[in-house]
Amino acid sequence: MRKPLSAFMVHAILGLYTLLALFPIVLVVMNSFKAKRAIFNTPLRPPLPSNFDPIGYARVFDDSSLAFYYLNSITVTVGTIFFTLLFGAMAAWALTEYKFRWNTLLALFLSIGIMVPIRLGSVAIIQLVAELNLINTLTALILVYTAQNLPLAIFILSEFIAQIPKDLREAARCDGLSEYNIFFHIILPLIRPAMATVAVFTMIPVWNDLWFPLLLAPAGGKQTITLGVQQFLGQYITDWNAVLAALSTAIVPVLLLYVIFSRQLIRGLTSGAVK
Amino acid sequence: MAEVRIENLKKSFGAVEVLKDIDLHVEDGSFVVLVGPSGCGKSTLLRSIAGLEPVTDGTITIGGRKVNDLAPAQREIAMVFQSYALYPHMDVAANMGFGLKFAGTPKAEIEARVGEAARILQLEPLLKRRPRELSGGQRQRVAIGRAIVRKPQVFLFDEPLSNLDAALRINTRVEIAKLHKLLAATIVYVTHDQVEAMTLADKIVVMNHGRIEQQGKPLELYYKPANLFVAGFIGSPAMNFFPGTVTPDGIDLGADGMLAVPLPAAGLGCKVTLGIRPEHMRIAGDEGGGPRLATVVELVERLGETGYVHLRLPSGTVAIAEIRGDTGLRTGDHAAVALDPAHLHLFGPDGRRIS
Repeated sequence: MRKPLSAFMVHAILGLYTLLALFPIVLVVMNSFKAKRAIFNTPLRPPLPSNFDPIGYARVFDDSSLAFYYLNSITVTVGTIFFTLLFGAMAAWALTEYKFRWNTLLALFLSIGIMVPIRLGSVAIIQLVAELNLINTLTALILVYTAQNLPLAIFILSEFIAQIPKDLREAARCDGLSEYNIFFHIILPLIRPAMATVAVFTMIPVWNDLWFPLLLAPAGGKQTITLGVQQFLGQYITDWNAVLAALSTAIVPVLLLYVIFSRQLIRGLTSGAVK
Repeated sequence: MAEVRIENLKKSFGAVEVLKDIDLHVEDGSFVVLVGPSGCGKSTLLRSIAGLEPVTDGTITIGGRKVNDLAPAQREIAMVFQSYALYPHMDVAANMGFGLKFAGTPKAEIEARVGEAARILQLEPLLKRRPRELSGGQRQRVAIGRAIVRKPQVFLFDEPLSNLDAALRINTRVEIAKLHKLLAATIVYVTHDQVEAMTLADKIVVMNHGRIEQQGKPLELYYKPANLFVAGFIGSPAMNFFPGTVTPDGIDLGADGMLAVPLPAAGLGCKVTLGIRPEHMRIAGDEGGGPRLATVVELVERLGETGYVHLRLPSGTVAIAEIRGDTGLRTGDHAAVALDPAHLHLFGPDGRRIS
């Protein structure tokens, strides 16, 4: 039985942390609805009828290129999640299920990717992408992000796949399923919670990344939203209304994706499989 | 249904030989039980028949077709796992029809076959449930149903009852026996429980250390065990063993005395082991002939009408004898025990039966 006091303490600490984490976001959203003068004079006050001004949103929605930047960000994020999950789960399944030469070595090699930051290889990546003629394409971003996220995805998914009882795979083999069908119809549905976890892990850094869009797709209408917002930040004049509005709207898609995936994070899906 | 023939089957994991020269014939429609202690290779043999375990040497034929290199599904077998191995994300009907769906069976036929299996196994009200909403016994029936709908040539059962509680185990055992009659199915069944083996089998195969020690009808194994291992493994409580030497007067048990029994084919001076089951030993008075032993009562276990008395012999060996009714025996009593000469088993120095 937990003491009520310690439960209160836990909630107090968590509440405090939530406030701290939400503060900048609330600040951004609040100020995005205010007139420019009010943003500077009373940055901590919520928007009032007297200083309410949706001019930032108007500029963001008027700017047709910005819509493309959103679409680019969504394409890159969704594409990265898709390929990371597909290849990650397949590799994890192969590494756990099949015994072959170099199995352990390959798993170790992949886990090195968790420890070495991919940005160390930026120069080599730029050269590679340039030689493949993929500069200023979303393909380049998706490829790089997929490579970046695969090691951790394989690591997490392997653990989950190893926990799926061996009897289930063998029952499926007796039922006449091919190895691909076992993977898609037995393994994938059973590791859905793990895949949702990996998706959330993958999604947020990719959505927020500025580094690779800046290096690999800085022009040609292939900018992501993080890069697209930069157009409002000038050396002499910054359109704060538009910046704040763009940032606020940029939260929405990633929030939606999070809600979708977190629904999959239902535990105990495998209970009742065996025993 | 089909027969299964296994010839010179060998299986090694690295340097360890787990199956050594297995020869086994499972007749069409028969119920064969593989039984033996843990690690004797019985599950490996079953999995080899299923095709889940590649074999090192030898042949497996199912229905006259060599299946060594075929995948499990092509062997037309169905396996029921100890853990049931139901697909947790599908309801009962989907679980049972899953294999058929991938075999390209028309939907109407899948439904018909699943319905038929559900009717036989009384699963009809549960068809829309998920495995986690079922009890252990129900899951077991679904696992059997999944095997039935595929209409396999051979059913393979891997310790299907060991996860059930005692009462359910007896029920399910009876169900499986009925099902065997109903489907006229060829069944290979692995268990470590000799009661399951005795009650279900047409033929019991006793395995030990990767070898078949003996195969035959249940009572044949019970009354004529081929060697010491089978004699000790089949029957509960286990057979009593007394080491002795063949002499002109009978068998000399050393400190436990001389037993005047018909002389075996073994030569004089041969070291033998004498075996007798608890129910063939009788607490006797002083009267009456036949071979007998002087013992001291060590413990009396009463089970009701029958019971078991643990008897210490002068040499220190403890033997168990069956008693009926209230014998009034108590710990420390001296008791003479008569052995039924018709049911004495003699085993030679190599452990083989001497007739």
